Amino acid sequence: MASLPLQSGDLGVQMGVIAAYLVVALAVGLLAYRVTSREAEDYYLASRSMGTVVLLFTTFATLLSAFTFFGGPDLAFNAGPEWILVMGLMDGILFAILWYVVGYKQWLVGRTQGYVTLGEMLGDRFGSTGLRALVAGISLFWLFPYVMLQQMGAGEALVGLTDGVVPYWAGAALITVFMIIYVVLAGLRGVAWTDTIQGLFMLTVTWAAVAWVLVAVGGPSAATSALAETNPDFLALGGGAGSFDLFTLSGGGLYSAKWMVSSAITIAFGVAMFPQINQRFFVAKSDRVLKRSFALWPVLVLLLFVPAFMLGSWARGLGVTVPEGGNVVPALLNEYTPVWFAALVIAGAMAAMMSSSDSMLLSGSSYLTRDIYRPLVDPDASSQREGWVARAGVVAFAVIAFVASLFRPGSLVQVGDTAFGGYAQLALPVIVALYWTRTNRNGMIAGLVGSQAFYLAHVFSPLPATYFGWDFALYGMLLGLVLTVGVSAVTSPTADEKTTRFTEGLRAD
Amino acid sequence: MHRKSGTFLWTFAFVVLVVLAIPWFLWGDSRVVAGLPLWLWWHIGWMGLATAVFYAFTQSGWDEMMGVTRG
Repeated sequence: MASLPLQSGDLGVQMGVIAAYLVVALAVGLLAYRVTSREAEDYYLASRSMGTVVLLFTTFATLLSAFTFFGGPDLAFNAGPEWILVMGLMDGILFAILWYVVGYKQWLVGRTQGYVTLGEMLGDRFGSTGLRALVAGISLFWLFPYVMLQQMGAGEALVGLTDGVVPYWAGAALITVFMIIYVVLAGLRGVAWTDTIQGLFMLTVTWAAVAWVLVAVGGPSAATSALAETNPDFLALGGGAGSFDLFTLSGGGLYSAKWMVSSAITIAFGVAMFPQINQRFFVAKSDRVLKRSFALWPVLVLLLFVPAFMLGSWARGLGVTVPEGGNVVPALLNEYTPVWFAALVIAGAMAAMMSSSDSMLLSGSSYLTRDIYRPLVDPDASSQREGWVARAGVVAFAVIAFVASLFRPGSLVQVGDTAFGGYAQLALPVIVALYWTRTNRNGMIAGLVGSQAFYLAHVFSPLPATYFGWDFALYGMLLGLVLTVGVSAVTSPTADEKTTRFTEGLRAD
Repeated sequence: MHRKSGTFLWTFAFVVLVVLAIPWFLWGDSRVVAGLPLWLWWHIGWMGLATAVFYAFTQSGWDEMMGVTRG
């Protein structure tokens, strides 16, 4: 089917809808700003007072990045909808379990000791400012590609929506400016409030988009039949002959069994270590909030990802053409829905990406000031000065990421995957530290440095992407685990380590 | 429930949820039921089941497994 030519008035409608949405989001943020005190704990953690709906949606909206909303459908468009299963395993189940194993544990420890960041928690437990700064530094490093991912996603979304009339750099610049204004002014409470609105909005418009497209093409059976005619292999689970490779020593390509398992594991563990997600583990009002969010998680994943990724796959069968450098979702909506509606969906997706970026930048700035600036640079800094360092950090970080995003170093899924894998390297040493009292500082440093070195060497050099078909990120995680446990077992803790800090005296009420 | 056996059962339940989240027995299967691939229906059912199991866990195993004291 040929793409409908855009009318001259369409651009005005599209930009109007997107601008209106962004202004509403900003207004909510400013409202939140009025009730936010300037104290650090309130700024970062909204006073540990987040209820179920807000916590669930704020975490959910943070996951709703360009990676899931544009990268996922693009992948489904190019290779089939199996990505739904990877996301289900990863987000619906593995992440929920980590929500308990890492999240509940951190909540318990955090409320007893008053921690606000992962680095602070580990630095105190192991009596080491160096470890604290190391954890913060690693986290900030991998934040960079992830912020960049949102900027790339926004740029590509507007290219897809306007058929290239709005250039890529303009979309990326728009989201950069908006997220800076937002984070600098509003803090976490503002972010959490808009996250809730954006999460609900995204769920609603995604289903509306599916309904609209399916009505236009004659229902899911017709859409799936069209796909079965053009790409019958898309409907068969897996990547074709030989892709079930779990019991072989090779394989590992797209939609092979090993690839699906590798992706799900590295991303789930990576997500748990994301600054913006990990910091959420400290903010729940009560354990009841954590429990409810945990149980609702798989359903929310189901409600969002099935329609989003099926849209991508159906678009293939419907012969949708994607403009150079654009995404499939806006291209599909442009063909089957009115201009204003397509713009509304893209506005929702951009808003979701902004909430991801806002949360990331905010958490990143707290890592920067609390774990690096204050302990290493200026221990006597006033809280006002700390606030300015945080804001300057956000601006610098967002601007540098924007410049890097202009070079477009890879697809959305590739860039996202690199960031997730980098965070995933943190997860196993942290889990060992949370549960095993014999973990010591030497073990932690060996595990963190060893796994990061291994991972970085693979990202920035032509070393193989898989060994025996399994992703190198998994080997890095394993190396981190072995080093943390092994070195802790053969060395002794120093006198200032508090070995029982994470295990004794934990109370839920 | 005795703490050790409860921990074992919950761990087992979680492992099953993880292992069968991808329906390996439908690998290569392209059957379509009611407009969606059969394996996608499995996914939909499995996420529903996971929510039910997770809810049950919050009602009984949540604190015991973490060794948290209350009151």
